[in-house]
Amino acid sequence: MSRQHTPLWEVFVRARRGLAHTHVGSLHAPDAELALRNARDLYTRRQEGVSIWVVPASAITASSPDEKDAFFDPAADKVYRHPTFYEVPDGVAHL
Amino acid sequence: MYGNDFPGEDAPGGLLGEVEAAEAALRAAAERGRAAAEPGSDLAAYFAEVVDADQKIEPRDWMPEAYRRTLIRQIAQHAHSEIIGMQPEGNWISRAPSLKRKAILLAKVQDEAGHGLYLYAAAETLGVSRDELVDLLLDGRQKYSSIFNYPTLSWADVGAIGWLVDGAAIVNQVPLCRCSYGPYARAMIRVCKEESFHQRQGYEILHTLAHGTAAQKAMAQDSVDRWWYPSLAMFGPPDGDSTHSAQSMAWKIKRFSNDELRQRFVDMCVGQAEALGLRLPDPELRWNDERQAYDFTQPDYDELMRVIKGNGPCNRQRMEHRRRAHSEGAWVREAAAAYAAKRAVKEKEKVAA
Amino acid sequence: MSELFPFTLALGDDALIAAQRLAEWSTRAPEMEEDIALSNIALDQLGAARLLLSYAGELEGAGRDEDALAYLRDDREFRNCLLVELPNGDFAVTMAKLLVLSAYQVPLYTALAGCPDERLAAIGGKARKESAYHLDHAALWVRRLGDGTEESHRRMQAGIDQVWAYADELFAARPDAPVDPATLRSEFDDTVTAVLAEATLTLPEVGWTPAGGRDGVHTEHLSYLLAEMQVVHRAHPGARW
Repeated sequence: MSRQHTPLWEVFVRARRGLAHTHVGSLHAPDAELALRNARDLYTRRQEGVSIWVVPASAITASSPDEKDAFFDPAADKVYRHPTFYEVPDGVAHL
Repeated sequence: MYGNDFPGEDAPGGLLGEVEAAEAALRAAAERGRAAAEPGSDLAAYFAEVVDADQKIEPRDWMPEAYRRTLIRQIAQHAHSEIIGMQPEGNWISRAPSLKRKAILLAKVQDEAGHGLYLYAAAETLGVSRDELVDLLLDGRQKYSSIFNYPTLSWADVGAIGWLVDGAAIVNQVPLCRCSYGPYARAMIRVCKEESFHQRQGYEILHTLAHGTAAQKAMAQDSVDRWWYPSLAMFGPPDGDSTHSAQSMAWKIKRFSNDELRQRFVDMCVGQAEALGLRLPDPELRWNDERQAYDFTQPDYDELMRVIKGNGPCNRQRMEHRRRAHSEGAWVREAAAAYAAKRAVKEKEKVAA
Repeated sequence: MSELFPFTLALGDDALIAAQRLAEWSTRAPEMEEDIALSNIALDQLGAARLLLSYAGELEGAGRDEDALAYLRDDREFRNCLLVELPNGDFAVTMAKLLVLSAYQVPLYTALAGCPDERLAAIGGKARKESAYHLDHAALWVRRLGDGTEESHRRMQAGIDQVWAYADELFAARPDAPVDPATLRSEFDDTVTAVLAEATLTLPEVGWTPAGGRDGVHTEHLSYLLAEMQVVHRAHPGARW
């Protein structure tokens, strides 16, 4: 079975107004528009968010050699205690 | 089928409480310092130290190759199980006997697709692509939980799957929220939280049937009779025959054995069955005061092996269904890729102009 | 009996039968992400159907609830448009159906949200947001399939050709209803024309405009759909679920 790989996207959700976008996971989609729609259906089925970002995993550069993966970030209620933008690793970029 | 282990201490609030406790433990462990904060020259020692400290291994950390392979296999099989597991229940969406039940069932089957995707994403952090894993499933080189090779023959089966199959899955999954591999543990926390409604809806269906007409009650009992032993078999072979257990336990991928989890499941179900007014189909089922647990009849492990090998009632049907959906969707996926490529070219031209 | 009951019933039946067809995609979609999306849309339609049928039952005043209306009527008593009962076909046919349905439901529910009947206005207010999403989703796929590969273009054009004739029925005049569907036609045409143009597709010539759903004269497909949907409910008369 041969096929082209559908790009991987990292998904960030703003849970409520006043909170930063938080990494919630990833998904596959051929383009940004579909990635955004898929993210809405996959990661906000239970009204988990008011705003979504999708970023091509391949466009992310990670800084930390130790803590690389932001695959499933700590829960959104912690975001304001760690105000620095959560670095998303490139651990997934080679996929 | 899923890895089996347990939280170390009893958490309040039932299974959901245990999930929350696991989440809190995950945060607490991350806050704790270790003797060596950064990996030194001895990567294996660093790995062991992180696992011993109940902290999480993350995707680009060094890990033993066998640890990586074990996790890929287990997470992929778990993901496949969610995707194939949509079929037996999906079989009743069109015939759900009330609009409310139809909505609940559709949402539940949809959740399972979502859980499959969370899990594929977790597996991908280990350096394997979802496409590869899907191919392994479609080629029959990776398995899914054998429970989904049994047919759903009545509406009551939707209830029995929710109560018994999801119940057994949750007993397996809650401990995985403490798995040593970070992405898997975090995926399981999300899955378990969302699944809390699945088991309850199944139980409610059976409760309604068991307190309904004589025909409804008979339908419910027949369903429990058929699903009880396959559900017990979901915990895998008895400990003596389990091939992967010891190493998985050392790596904290699992912490408790198949038999321990099976016992826990039986002990949970007995009271729930009484409240339903339904009978568990085991004449040997009785409280053992000495063991402080129920004695029960083991499932037929020869049957389990036959089903795992591909000769259950629905193996062929489930695989054929998945293969057909995949192959019939190929032209759509190709179209989306072609459209994206065209758009990318147009964007580039715009930038250049 | 006022026009309110048959109108509400027709809208409820549209949503219910659309939900039943969309839910058939569960476990069968071209991609797992799309499985989830189609289920979401089916759930929205089902949710709207339940609100509309419950209200229709109250308007009728004969003691029928949403389930009595959904499960205990025969095909001749259903008032849905023919479009929604057509078989799903391939993914292109389904997207063509969804495009037509949602491009009709968006202006319909929007107008309903401003109608004097408070219950219908509330339902319209909720459903129009959902329909806007359905329209967005259908348009997104029609563009991709229309302007994707040769194969997908061929299938998408065939899908539009197949369902387009059924659009006419949606806009049959109902001057006494809270919203007269005839007034929605131009907005619908604008929406669909724009999407098809972007998708490099053409609007077929319509020489045939099948109708009859609003009078309970359906295609052969509806009876089978209902037989499946109603079988368990009808096998246990009076039972609770």
